[in-house]
Amino acid sequence: MFAGLTDRTWLWFAAGFYLAGLLLGTLSLLRGQQQSNTRINVIIALGYLCQLIGLYARGRVVGGCPLGNTFEIFQFTAWSATTLYLVVGVTFRLSLLGYFTSCLAAVLTLVSLAIPAWDLTRRAKIFGGNPWIELHASLALFSYGVFALLALTALMLVLRHYSLKKKHLSGWFSFLPPIMDLDHISVRLLVTGVVMMTASLIGGTIYWARDPASVNSTKLLMTVAIWLAYAIALTLRLKGHLLAKRFAWTCLALFGAALLSLGPVDASRHSPALPAPDHVVPR
Amino acid sequence: MNSEAFFVLGANHHKTPLAVRERLSLSADAAATLAAQLTQLQGLREFTLLNTCNRVEFYGVAADPLAAQRVQAAFCSQQQVDPAEFEQIRLNLRGADAVRHLLEVAAGIDSQMIGETEIFGQVKDAYAAAQSRGHTGPVLNRVFQKAFQAAKHVRTHTAITEGQVSIANVAVDLAHTIFGDLSSTRILLLGAGDIGEKTAKAFQSRQAGSLTVASRRFERAMELATALHASAMPFEQRDARLSEYDVVVCATSAPGVVVTRDAAKAAIQKRPARPLFLIDLALPRDVEASAADLQNVFLYNLDDLAKIAEENRAAREAELAKCRAMLAERADALWKHIEPRLAELKANHHG
Repeated sequence: MFAGLTDRTWLWFAAGFYLAGLLLGTLSLLRGQQQSNTRINVIIALGYLCQLIGLYARGRVVGGCPLGNTFEIFQFTAWSATTLYLVVGVTFRLSLLGYFTSCLAAVLTLVSLAIPAWDLTRRAKIFGGNPWIELHASLALFSYGVFALLALTALMLVLRHYSLKKKHLSGWFSFLPPIMDLDHISVRLLVTGVVMMTASLIGGTIYWARDPASVNSTKLLMTVAIWLAYAIALTLRLKGHLLAKRFAWTCLALFGAALLSLGPVDASRHSPALPAPDHVVPR
Repeated sequence: MNSEAFFVLGANHHKTPLAVRERLSLSADAAATLAAQLTQLQGLREFTLLNTCNRVEFYGVAADPLAAQRVQAAFCSQQQVDPAEFEQIRLNLRGADAVRHLLEVAAGIDSQMIGETEIFGQVKDAYAAAQSRGHTGPVLNRVFQKAFQAAKHVRTHTAITEGQVSIANVAVDLAHTIFGDLSSTRILLLGAGDIGEKTAKAFQSRQAGSLTVASRRFERAMELATALHASAMPFEQRDARLSEYDVVVCATSAPGVVVTRDAAKAAIQKRPARPLFLIDLALPRDVEASAADLQNVFLYNLDDLAKIAEENRAAREAELAKCRAMLAERADALWKHIEPRLAELKANHHG
C-alpha cells in the first residue's frame, strides 16, 4: 500500500502528523484541558517514523546524510529535535513539551515542503566521500536540534515567568511546568548542545587545518559565531550572570540566529549545485 | 414502594447551622453506642453512619418502612435532641434520591467546599468501619463501592477538584509552580498568627523541606515552632538571613513594612539562580510592593491569593452541572440494579 510513496510524500505525512499534534494540542488548550501525553507522544512518534523513512530514502539516493540544501537542512533539524524529544524529552515529564515540539516540527517541515525552490537543487559531494566530515556535519546539525528543543523550554520559561509576574495562572498557563524544572532542563540542554557542537567543530577543524581552502570563510565565521554565542551564554549561566527570563530570551534569540545562519552557510559551500533527485521511492 | 427500603437520614451543613451541628455531632463513643443500638433495631437490615464535621448521615436498608423513624428516634434520644426540632432541619431521602445523594457526597460536590477530596476518605472510612462490624450487607456493599467508582470517575473526567480554593493551599500551589518539588524548599514564616500557622501547615502537608518561624515575640515564635516541629529565628535577623529561604510567608500584624525591596534585592543577589517567593498575608502589608519588580522575585498579597481562590471556586461551580448529570446517570443505573433486591427483602419480611 505504501510501497510506491516517494520521499517527499513520506515527509508530507510526517508534517501532517506534527500538524495534527499542533492542532489537537491547541484545541485541548482552548478547551482548558491538558492534552494526553500518550496521545501527543504517539502522534510525534508516527511523524518521526514517516520522516525517518523519507530522509532514509533521500539519503540512499544521494549516498550520504541528506544535508545538501535548505530543504534537507530544515528537515534534518526538525528530525533531530523530535529524536531528542522522543529519546530524552519524554523522560523530562514536562507537560506541554510534546505539544511545543510538535509545533516546532510542524513549522520547520511544512515551511521547507511549502517552498519548492529550497529543494530544486542540492550540493553534491559536500562531504567529499569522507564519513568523518559527514559525522561532523550531522553532529553540528544534531546540536541545532538540541538548541531547537532548548528554544522550546526557553519559550515555556518565558511564558511561565510572564504568567507568574502578571498573575495570569488559569487557562492553559496552568499546564506550564514549574520554573525551576524548566530552568534545570534548559541548562542541561544547553550543555548538551554546546558539547555536541564543540565535538563537531573539533572534527571539522582537523580537516580545515589540513586543507583551509576546503571551507568557505562565511560558513566558518557563521558556525564559529553561533558556537561562541552559545558557549558564552552557557558560561554566563553557570556563573550566575545570565538568569531566569534573560537566560530564556537569550536562548530564543540564539536559536533564531542559528536558524537564520543555515541559509548563508548552505549557500557558501564550494561544491556544485546539481538538480535535487527526483522524488524517490524508499527501498 | 421499594424506594422506602433504601434511605438516608441525617443533617448536614445545607440546612443545619453550625451551632446545631455541634449538638448533633457524635463522639466516637456515642457513635459506637448508637451503632450497637441500631443493630438491634427492628426492620433495619444494613446501615452505615457517616459522621464528619459537616454532616451526620445514616444510610440504611430496611425491610420495614418504619425503620427509618426508629433510627431517628434512637439518634435524637442519644443526642438529647427534640425530634420535632430535628425534623425541621433533617435530610430525609429515599430510593434513587438517596443513592444519588451518596454519590454526590462521595464525589465532593455536596461539600461546603465544592470538589474537596477529604470527604471521599471519610466516606470510605465510614463504610470500612460499618463493613468490619458486619453492619453492611449486599445492598450497601454494592451502593458504596459504586459510589467510590462514580466519585473517582467524576474526579478524573471533570475539573471539579482542580485548583485550590483556600488561601493557604493557593499559596502552596504557587510555590509548586515556581519550585516544582517542594521537598528541598526552605520556608520562613514571619508572624505567628492564625493565617500564618495555617499556611505553614499547608506547606508541611505538601512535604516542604524545612520551616523556620520568626515573630516579633520570640517566645511566641518558639511556641509555634515547637508545635510545628520547626525551628525559630529572632525577628531581627530576618533581613540578614532572607537569602537562606525560598518562600517567605509574611503574616505579622506590624504596622509598617517588614520586608523591604532592598532586603529582597540583597537576598536574591546572594542566590541568583533560585527564585524568591514572597507571600504577603498581612494587613497592612508586610512587603514593600516594589519588591515585585525585582527579577526572579514573585510577590503575591492577600488580594492576589483570594482572587485565585475565587477563580478556582467559580471554575469548580461551573463543573457542577456536568458532575451532577454524570452522577445522576450512574445513580439511576445503580438504583435499577438494587431495586429488585429491595423488593425481595420486603417480600421476605412480609412473608
